[in-house]
Amino acid sequence: MDPRRLLLTLVACLAGAAVPALAARTELSVAAFPDLDRSAKIVIQAWAVSHPDVQVKLTTRAYDDHHTAMTTAIATGANLPDVMAVDMDYLGKFTQAGGLDDLEAAPYDAAVVAPRFAHFTLGPATGVGGRLRALPGDIGPGALFYRADLIARAGLTEADLTRDWDSYIAAGRKLKSATGTYLLASAIDLKDIVIRAGLADGQGLYFDAEGRPLVQEPRFVQAFTLARAARRAGIDARVTAWSSEWSEAFRRDRVATQMMGSWLAGHLKNWIAPTQAGQWRSAPLPGDAHASWGGSYWAIPARAEHKALAWEFIRALCLDRAQQLEAFRRLDAFPALLAAQDDDYLAQPIAYLGGQAARLQWRAASARIPALRVDRYDKVANDIVNAELDQVLEHDKPIPQALADARLAIERRARRY
Amino acid sequence: MPTAVPARRRPLISARWAPYVFISPFFILFGAFGLFPLLFSVGLSFHQWDPVAGVAGMHWVGLDNFVYALTRDDWLRKALFNTVWIALVSGIPQHLVALPLAWFLHQGFGRWRNAVTGAYFLPFITSTVAISLVFSSLFSKDFGLVNAAFAALREVPVLGWLMPGHSIDWAQPGYTKWMISAVVFWRYVGWNTVLYLSAIQTIPQDLLEAAQIDGASPRQRFVHIVLPLLKPMMFFAVTLSIIGNLQLFEEPFILTGGTGGIDQAGKTAAMHMYAVAFMDGDFGTASAIAWLLFLMISGATWINKRLLGARA
Repeated sequence: MDPRRLLLTLVACLAGAAVPALAARTELSVAAFPDLDRSAKIVIQAWAVSHPDVQVKLTTRAYDDHHTAMTTAIATGANLPDVMAVDMDYLGKFTQAGGLDDLEAAPYDAAVVAPRFAHFTLGPATGVGGRLRALPGDIGPGALFYRADLIARAGLTEADLTRDWDSYIAAGRKLKSATGTYLLASAIDLKDIVIRAGLADGQGLYFDAEGRPLVQEPRFVQAFTLARAARRAGIDARVTAWSSEWSEAFRRDRVATQMMGSWLAGHLKNWIAPTQAGQWRSAPLPGDAHASWGGSYWAIPARAEHKALAWEFIRALCLDRAQQLEAFRRLDAFPALLAAQDDDYLAQPIAYLGGQAARLQWRAASARIPALRVDRYDKVANDIVNAELDQVLEHDKPIPQALADARLAIERRARRY
Repeated sequence: MPTAVPARRRPLISARWAPYVFISPFFILFGAFGLFPLLFSVGLSFHQWDPVAGVAGMHWVGLDNFVYALTRDDWLRKALFNTVWIALVSGIPQHLVALPLAWFLHQGFGRWRNAVTGAYFLPFITSTVAISLVFSSLFSKDFGLVNAAFAALREVPVLGWLMPGHSIDWAQPGYTKWMISAVVFWRYVGWNTVLYLSAIQTIPQDLLEAAQIDGASPRQRFVHIVLPLLKPMMFFAVTLSIIGNLQLFEEPFILTGGTGGIDQAGKTAAMHMYAVAFMDGDFGTASAIAWLLFLMISGATWINKRLLGARA
């Protein structure tokens, strides 16, 4: 036989054998952002064994790029993943607009599994028609992280930081005069937590149930007043979170506290201030406030191709206790699944936090976070309120005027047709 | 034995249609990626549309998006002010420096001219993201080289008197636009220098030589011969600056972390348009802003044509 013909026959036979095998494999597409993609990779690894007929294609984009890409994918139907990650900050925008599938309808059973999650996670995931549109993967119970060494050097204790907001500001003054260190990175951080304090289940952060802005409520007045007090006391470093100035300020002992989600401990340990191991501690938020920072959700676009399989994948991500714990260990992603919050791992000391069993503290905080209702214009309102707070802090604008202007701007911006 | 004559193969495309087929790729691509988005954006500006709701979520609102943008969008007004401010502060010096610099390079560098020109051109072809990240570090309040340089210069007699007495917090509203303008100036001055240099090289040498023989100094040759002859290129370069500066996005976006900075002091019109579309989920208003920006750029270009292009 002609060697070339022999080679062609061989290639044809191999191709013929391979094509059915490839055709039989279903491709499930998953879209996520860092570090949440690492959580998905844990499931993908397990699925390589348990689901040999499924090939999971994971696409990771930068945080903002991912949400922009998902917006355009839902709008056009092109490159639409079967499973998409949504961060808490973007949740209202996605769940309230109708681009995500109703997870309480067949073939899903979200209503059945919902009680298995931390209760505050379900409010934000409830969208059009009062139906669940996403399931929570991880949460970020709020905590006050502080530098124990700097606080002690100023003659302060943890109680001085957490007793109430006045005590927190007073501690900042003492810290600044004793060590030259700022108490917090930005006065705006105070606003973010104070406006969340005292809310009950079902309430909205910026809007009531009829979509009316709530920014003239006393909690906003208190938040603005406290932020202005911090600025006037000179205890905030005036740096924006996640800027290079911000991380550098921690590295160089310029800022002593930061209020954020529990996951900040991982960021501090891994890249912000790895040399400060043992010097940081976690405490409950001041003023008995309870809030969640961020949190990741998984959803299925209404026009996804492999819905049943996508649901199975989401179940593996969110409802599998072992998976949730593995993600907690590897990524510091605090589990939204209540069953995973009962593991002994939570009681283990954290070396970076000076041996503190801080995960138990975060679990206790998680149980007291109210289940807030989200609005699709929450992010718009947040930007407007921050802009008005800038006016108060930078130009001494009267607070009532700033909040009245914020309300007007929100009403104008959130035109509801 | 007669040999078989092979049948003549029919051409796949008739001669009549061949030119259209060969030219069609351009029209198909232009239609899909140029014309369609343009027309879609016009239509979109008269609709309210959150893309997350899908195409079904689009509904007609007439001129409301334009009315909103023009009368009630305070942030757009602020962003437009910032845009014009940065365009002027970064744009005018670009040309005031690039013109004499091009003449200087033309006169003074001989065979090294291309290498030096290349050095000035380098920022233009460097990634905006890389540039902005580097400048973010340079402009850091406590750890940046700019403040470190000011601190060092403070020790120099006389010069030290001109330096600020403390580290500048470049993120504060009073400085944000200056910081962005400095980066934009640095990035595009080389591009304009290359434009002017290429135009200078087309000026007939005998004109310059005649002026030199008549005793004209290099400054006089530049002012009285080179500048008037560069007017067409000035019109072209300023037009590009107007278009580019009024659409400024990447530099302020990265330098301010995408937010526009404190008090939105560094937020440009293009950034606002992006935020309205992708953060607020209001593509209709964003499209209306895009067309308003287009009208503004067209107006500025028309004024430039009246000023510089009359005899160009």
